[in-house]
Amino acid sequence: MLKNIFLGALAIGVTGAIGFGVYAYKSPIAAITSDQHAEFDPELVEKGRVLASAGYCATCHTASDGEPYAGNYAMQTSFGTLYSTNLTPAMETGIGSYSVEAFRRAMHEGVDRDGRHLFPAFPYDHFTKMTDEDVDAIYAYIMTEVAPIETVQKPNELPFPLDQRFLQAGWKLLFADLGRFEPDSDHSDAWNRGAYLAEGLTHCGACHTPRNALGAEKTSEQYAGADIDKWSAPALTAANASSVPWTASEFKSYLVKGTTNYHGVAAGPMGPVVHEGVRDLPEGDLDALAIYLADKVGATEDDPAQSEVVLASLRKNQPDPQYRRDLGERLYATACASCHYNTALISQGRPDLGINSATNLETPNNLIHVILDGMNAPEGIAGVVMPGFRGALSDTEITAIAAYLRDNRAGQPAWPNLAKTVADLRASGPAVH
Amino acid sequence: MIKFEINGRSVSVGADPETPLLWAIRDEIGLTGTKFGCGIGMCGACTVHVGGRATRSCITALVDVEGTKITTIEGLDDQANHPVQEAWRNLRVPQCGYCQSGQIMQAAALLQDIPAPTDDDIDAVMTGNLCRCMTYPRIRQAVREAATAMTGAQENG
Repeated sequence: MLKNIFLGALAIGVTGAIGFGVYAYKSPIAAITSDQHAEFDPELVEKGRVLASAGYCATCHTASDGEPYAGNYAMQTSFGTLYSTNLTPAMETGIGSYSVEAFRRAMHEGVDRDGRHLFPAFPYDHFTKMTDEDVDAIYAYIMTEVAPIETVQKPNELPFPLDQRFLQAGWKLLFADLGRFEPDSDHSDAWNRGAYLAEGLTHCGACHTPRNALGAEKTSEQYAGADIDKWSAPALTAANASSVPWTASEFKSYLVKGTTNYHGVAAGPMGPVVHEGVRDLPEGDLDALAIYLADKVGATEDDPAQSEVVLASLRKNQPDPQYRRDLGERLYATACASCHYNTALISQGRPDLGINSATNLETPNNLIHVILDGMNAPEGIAGVVMPGFRGALSDTEITAIAAYLRDNRAGQPAWPNLAKTVADLRASGPAVH
Repeated sequence: MIKFEINGRSVSVGADPETPLLWAIRDEIGLTGTKFGCGIGMCGACTVHVGGRATRSCITALVDVEGTKITTIEGLDDQANHPVQEAWRNLRVPQCGYCQSGQIMQAAALLQDIPAPTDDDIDAVMTGNLCRCMTYPRIRQAVREAATAMTGAQENG
């Protein structure tokens, strides 16, 4: 595959060289100084905080041991390891020198302030759909609230020629559909709001849409499901494998609380998406996302609580009706087997109850007597005792053990009136010899 | 008075004949290594040897052990070096330790009857000994290790 990528990239580089050079060239945008950093309205800053959170910018722009937004988060891709950039307003190594225009260009076109093409590990192919207002709010938040941290950017580990940034313009030409979100008039305002968020800011497709050999999302297979970091990002389409269909309320619960009644929890790479991300959105936005996703997955309004698959799963939680006999087997394993179990040979001190007379007689009385009152030292093997279970086991439990031994171990027809015999023998008191 | 032998020592206990043996061992005789767990013979914490066989002492009446020879955890080995005890220490089997005297007594009895137990054998015999800390994998490993030590010792004469 790498060879194909190599050849493909090379072909793009050579054949389109002239026109491509013109297309690929992006001019630098002048740096601003710290004196030129603007003051922002606190409401705009707060809006930006929520949006930055819902886009989980910090998740990929914070190294595991690093300061927030200071970059160097390692992203393992099939092409090599990329390290995220410093997104703090640090003047030298962060985006402190970015004007709002430069920030918009990065978000909308995937080009940095110097005019270099950014690698599409940065999902500008989604952020391009965001309005200027929303991008500006994120800018206001970062420049105001994020502490400037100077860091040394780790070099990306990409093979030549994938590391050539001007070639990224070719990727962009082929795969990125740059431009703001356009509402679909066939759908409600809420659906469109959800689509705007999902396809832009929250970039759901970055994980849930499969990618082609060059790492671009296959637009024809939007939300068809994909693997991410050795986890599976499930399909958000009718192909979703859940036995219980998703509904809008399930999606909302998932995005707000990270958990659902019928589908499980936000785990693995989805954990931060919820818990460091989208849950900060206003309720109306979460409703909109849920409505949009429910439509994509083909949800109905049926209440899953009444669906046969849920009821069947619940029934399987209940003990099997065979439990009564299994109760005997289980009690035997706990109370009896420590002394009565035998392996290859039957040992004298371990009466084997399958072939024992007490279990093979026509009546259960002997067996029940011994279970109730045990054996004292002079009985049976001298100096050895068996405790009685009169005070330990109920009639039901003794009946269950006896029935288990009779049926399963001795292979004999069931004793008639077994339960009544147990009750009668208990009532008659301990045997006196 | 009910007389029996415990850890090689003759004792007479004047308690009610229906008193559970465990009460007599702990409160009358003062050997507290044997523990009270469930009181209905379902957990194994009270296991001692009566006539060499593992016995749940919490549901065994004092009168029933008249004249028998009883061994408790304190008497299993003078130096507490029974192979099961050694394996227990080597593998750091216990966590809270509450069930261990019962576990060790049951395991020692198991190895008398079944010197080279399979895992299924161990599970079948030890299922009646509960461990609330869930150290079952280590318990099973210790039984295997003790079995190896004991059969090896026999082969070496």
